[in-house]
Amino acid sequence: MPLKRWWDRAHKIVGASSVRGVGVDAAQWLQVASDVADSGGLLHALWVSREPAGDAAVYGAYLTDAGVLVAELALPSGGGSVYYPGLEDLFPAASRLQRAAFDLSGVRSSDPDLRPWLNHAAPYEFVRVDGEGVHEIGVGPVHAGTIEPGHFRFSVVGEKVLRLEEHLGYVHKGLEQRFTQLPILQAHRLAARVSGDSAVAFSWAYCQALEGMSGGVLPPRAAWLRAVCLELERLANHLGDLGALGNDAGFAFGLAQFSRLKEDLLRAVSAAFGRRYLFDIVVPGGVAVDVSTEAARALAEVVRTVCAEIIELRGIYDEHEGVRDRFTGAGCLAPELAARLGVLGLAGRASGQARDARVDLPCAPYTELAVAKIVHQGGDVAARVAVRFEEAQESGRLLRRLLAALPGGEHAATVDAPPADAFGVGLIEGWRGPVLVALQAGPEGSIRRCHPHDPSWQNWPALEYAIVGNIVPDFPLINKSFNLTYSGVDL
Amino acid sequence: MLKTLRKIASVGLVSELPPGPEELLRVRRAIDERIAAVLGRALCIRHVDAGSCNGCELEIHSLGNPYYNLEGCNIRFVASPRHADLLLVTGPVVKNMEAALKRVYAATPDPKLVVALGDCGCTGGMLGECPASLGRVSNVIPVDVAVPGCPPSPVLILQGILTAIQSPG
Repeated sequence: MPLKRWWDRAHKIVGASSVRGVGVDAAQWLQVASDVADSGGLLHALWVSREPAGDAAVYGAYLTDAGVLVAELALPSGGGSVYYPGLEDLFPAASRLQRAAFDLSGVRSSDPDLRPWLNHAAPYEFVRVDGEGVHEIGVGPVHAGTIEPGHFRFSVVGEKVLRLEEHLGYVHKGLEQRFTQLPILQAHRLAARVSGDSAVAFSWAYCQALEGMSGGVLPPRAAWLRAVCLELERLANHLGDLGALGNDAGFAFGLAQFSRLKEDLLRAVSAAFGRRYLFDIVVPGGVAVDVSTEAARALAEVVRTVCAEIIELRGIYDEHEGVRDRFTGAGCLAPELAARLGVLGLAGRASGQARDARVDLPCAPYTELAVAKIVHQGGDVAARVAVRFEEAQESGRLLRRLLAALPGGEHAATVDAPPADAFGVGLIEGWRGPVLVALQAGPEGSIRRCHPHDPSWQNWPALEYAIVGNIVPDFPLINKSFNLTYSGVDL
Repeated sequence: MLKTLRKIASVGLVSELPPGPEELLRVRRAIDERIAAVLGRALCIRHVDAGSCNGCELEIHSLGNPYYNLEGCNIRFVASPRHADLLLVTGPVVKNMEAALKRVYAATPDPKLVVALGDCGCTGGMLGECPASLGRVSNVIPVDVAVPGCPPSPVLILQGILTAIQSPG
């Protein structure tokens, strides 16, 4: 077991359960990557840290069966520029991560694709498709609907898509730099705004890393309330997507019904937590507000009603021939391709990739909850819809269980700023997939480096494959079935 | 089909009528009257995300649900700035969206209104001004009304739109 050799010599990293780190040289950097790939693991996140003096380090965080393995390759500058071996041949998702890391740090990988990613100062060269009757359709950055900005370049023949190339980075706002200007005990608020629809996932991952570094113990009640928030976020987003997907398939009834249920849920969330969206609810040491027994009971009742209606609406979607016709076979991403691209989260589970951090690397209280992993093999829009339907039910079950048996005690504990150079990694299965936050403390309660990673880094390239051979008018439906974040990857 | 019809009938109309929030009703009625008086047709809004975290977008989506029933009070979102009366801008304006936002503004016919939405749009939010971000929307295009909140609730967004269409000019 070659991977085991790295795991055994690696040191423990605090934060999420089962994270280890190993320092490597350039040859070992590639060897670790190749051993991970051979064992069926994947590259989750890649980032570069650079000191003002010019010395740098590149980090690769891998998801393996044993846990998260973080390889660290030191890149002493010696006064000149530094390179590290690119991982794009082993893990296709590495390409954009490496290009983004160059734009942010000036440290280049050996990847021959030198086009900038987050830096839009220079014109961007798209890959051209030639041939009789081929033409291009450019869409964005401002899209027709209420969605985030990004550019899609379609090469088409007639209506059929031959190739899609995404160009993102339009909402790049300097998040990583901003983190280093905030006190470490307050930057969970910025983490919540990496991608607003995943506020709980990102702020929990941030706090998990921070609490590990500070050596604090999370009170059981705080952990349970965080899980309540995370499942509410999952349920609310799934409701929104199920409605929007029905609408994109020409079934406005679906949007009306699911958006009504989402509003019912948001109002119940607001009654319990004092806010419709769960920004700033996860704070270092616990949660910002406690929930009374009556409020927990009322929330559980709304969740029960909503989930019962979801079952009824699933029956209607399943029986509607027009909806079925649009969903089935559209935007198909075969399991083998999903594995090769390292597709994560719900899109991965809809293409046979059976990973869910709540099951594989659970933190409290998921260790006690026996979450059911929802996996489908179809890889099409229908499979991504099915995963959402079933995960919504599972979240409903978890919420009722969590809310019925909230442990007593404090909902938050005091957390001290960690010592300078302490390093932690948080990993939380958000509604879209596993969210990772790597955090390094600076002196006197400051942040030296914080890197947030959304699974959309892996899944955006997968969308480029899923659309091939489909018709342009199906793109909104297929895109929605992935529903990836722009803000979360534009950093 | 029968199940669908039965569901429609059993849910009925949920658009806010008493005992819905009083405030919402008042705002809805005021918007309705104002739009009818000024435009004599629907108010057309073009949303632009100039650097949002996507939180504000979630609440803009909520406006379309059957409770708030935005289209029921004569407001609709349009796909092109050329069809818009009002721009609803979210986020701080980040460097990479500056040109796009200015082009959308230029493409919107006069007279036009701009509502900056959310704490980021109002002040630059947690990011403020930095090499990648120009901060508040009014640093880049003229703003008529700024609606704070992170994210602002649907009722607050509706109130902001009402304030904008009541503003002189």
